[in-house]
Amino acid sequence: MAELAIETHALVKRFKKTVAVDGIDLAIPRGGVHGFLGPNGAGKTTTIRMLATLTKPDSGTARVLGRDIMTEANEVRRRVSLTGQFASVDEDLTGAENLRLIGRLFGYTGARATRRADELLSAFGLSDARDKQVKKYSGGMRRRIDIAASIVVTPELLFLDEPTTGLDPRSRNEVWDIIRAMVSSGTTVLLTTQYLDEADQLADRISVIDTGRVIAEGTSSELKARVGNGALHVRVMHPADRPRASAVLARVLHVEIRNEVDPAAVSATVADPAIVTAALTALADENIELAQFSLGQPSLDEVFLALTGHTSESQTDEEAAA
Amino acid sequence: MTRLDKLDERPDVVPASAESLAAAMRAALADVERPNPPGPLSTSLTFGWRALLKIKHVPEQLFDVTVFPVMFTLLFTFLFGGAIAGSVGGYLQYVLPGLLVQGVIMITMYTGSTLRTDIDRGVFDRFRSLPIWRPSALVGMLLGDAVRYTISAAVTISLGLALGYRPEGGVAGVLMAVLLILVFAFSFSWLWTFFALVLRTPGAVMGVSMLVITPLTFASNIFIEPSTLPTWLQAFVEVNPVSHLVTAVRDFMGGMDASGELSITLLWCAGLVAVFGPLTMIRYRTAG
Repeated sequence: MAELAIETHALVKRFKKTVAVDGIDLAIPRGGVHGFLGPNGAGKTTTIRMLATLTKPDSGTARVLGRDIMTEANEVRRRVSLTGQFASVDEDLTGAENLRLIGRLFGYTGARATRRADELLSAFGLSDARDKQVKKYSGGMRRRIDIAASIVVTPELLFLDEPTTGLDPRSRNEVWDIIRAMVSSGTTVLLTTQYLDEADQLADRISVIDTGRVIAEGTSSELKARVGNGALHVRVMHPADRPRASAVLARVLHVEIRNEVDPAAVSATVADPAIVTAALTALADENIELAQFSLGQPSLDEVFLALTGHTSESQTDEEAAA
Repeated sequence: MTRLDKLDERPDVVPASAESLAAAMRAALADVERPNPPGPLSTSLTFGWRALLKIKHVPEQLFDVTVFPVMFTLLFTFLFGGAIAGSVGGYLQYVLPGLLVQGVIMITMYTGSTLRTDIDRGVFDRFRSLPIWRPSALVGMLLGDAVRYTISAAVTISLGLALGYRPEGGVAGVLMAVLLILVFAFSFSWLWTFFALVLRTPGAVMGVSMLVITPLTFASNIFIEPSTLPTWLQAFVEVNPVSHLVTAVRDFMGGMDASGELSITLLWCAGLVAVFGPLTMIRYRTAG
């Protein structure tokens, strides 16, 4: 394998008493998208901040594109770029001014920086907003200018910290298209997200992070396979029937039946999809009316539940400190 | 390129937006030119340009530099003139150089809260992730502030002239005085950049700034002759760097030899930068 994009050994970061990152080992190859999946406060952002040389680790080592983040920080900065909750653009300036500012800080002459800014604004569909202050941009435009600012000088590795948090579905799809386009031109992307479908859609490989540790790693399919072959979702017509349906399924499938948030729905993870036919028959025998009955690959949500014992929705307030 | 070629063969087909985006993105990313890294001066000046752009887009921030000097000059001249010097005209001749200094020092406190706001918005995290001389973002910001200080000084001097102040030192003396004030303000502001990186909110930064600026400006020779003060206060006034700055400014504007006080003031400037520059940068490196 060629040189790794990111390689860390036992990376640790503490904030006062909380351990934000608790010994993370990574070996991420170049090319494609690597996803960090985890709930708020899991340590994703802190890990990225260390890799982008914004925060120093308390212990452990890390090499980014073959350069040590501690001793060759400036070499790392020359090759990586980041966009996210934290690394932002100046709201008071226009889109074009922000891009020119970054271009000049990288050493472009004034004219060259202006040309590059216009090129990027047009590539990101922001030409009409070039002379508008960024604070007047919509959420989706704002995210696009943030990403554009990160590639004024083409980075070898781009960190994207929760690039679609707070975006509407259309803007989210735009950002996804941008990420795919960047990957197709050879940029390596490290993406953090708390959205399971985002990791599923974009990431070639995923590290599931919880309480400062990597608790699982693999492709989306590999992670799903770890939890069983199929996810059964059953939704009864009348919520009152749910306890009965749950009992029937437990009897036939011999697995744990989980109640969903939806008061009419239950789900289960089944090892042998063939047995599901029997479950359907048993429900019909009990005269339980069904609204929905489906068998598919488990969602990453279910993977997360299986791996951590809690769902990805459980929030902690440590992210504020991290 | 194959996908693009296909599109060319069927010009009637509107390319899917993802396709055209991918093409534009590839074109934009294909440019892998890496310009030579610019030096510290160049990046500092670029950040100074950013500060000027911010003044252009948010001209409200010039409100304080124009209104404060007018208010202070009128208030203090007419309030204390009769009591301290027996006449407003006579007092103006004494107090105006001091007001010039006070006006600028009061405005420096916005430096800290502005920086804190920038940090909270995440702009500085991007700057910190760039391969540039790290202090340049702060140095550039302070260079941009010099524009605000110059406006404040110009307003004070113009109003003073209108009220009857006459600088014996002439244009050259006044320019030297303003230049010295700018140098001092630049050096003094490192105190605020440090506080902006230590304290968590713009309000807290502002509060501390007030706590420092009030004794420094009032317990100085801006408004009164220190000989009228009790000994313990006189001792403070005499070591207060603002007093040295004011005396130097007075000497320049009054056409007298300012070299003695000038050296002391410049020593203070060097000392402030030498102490609070590195302290600021240590915090800046590890902030967040």
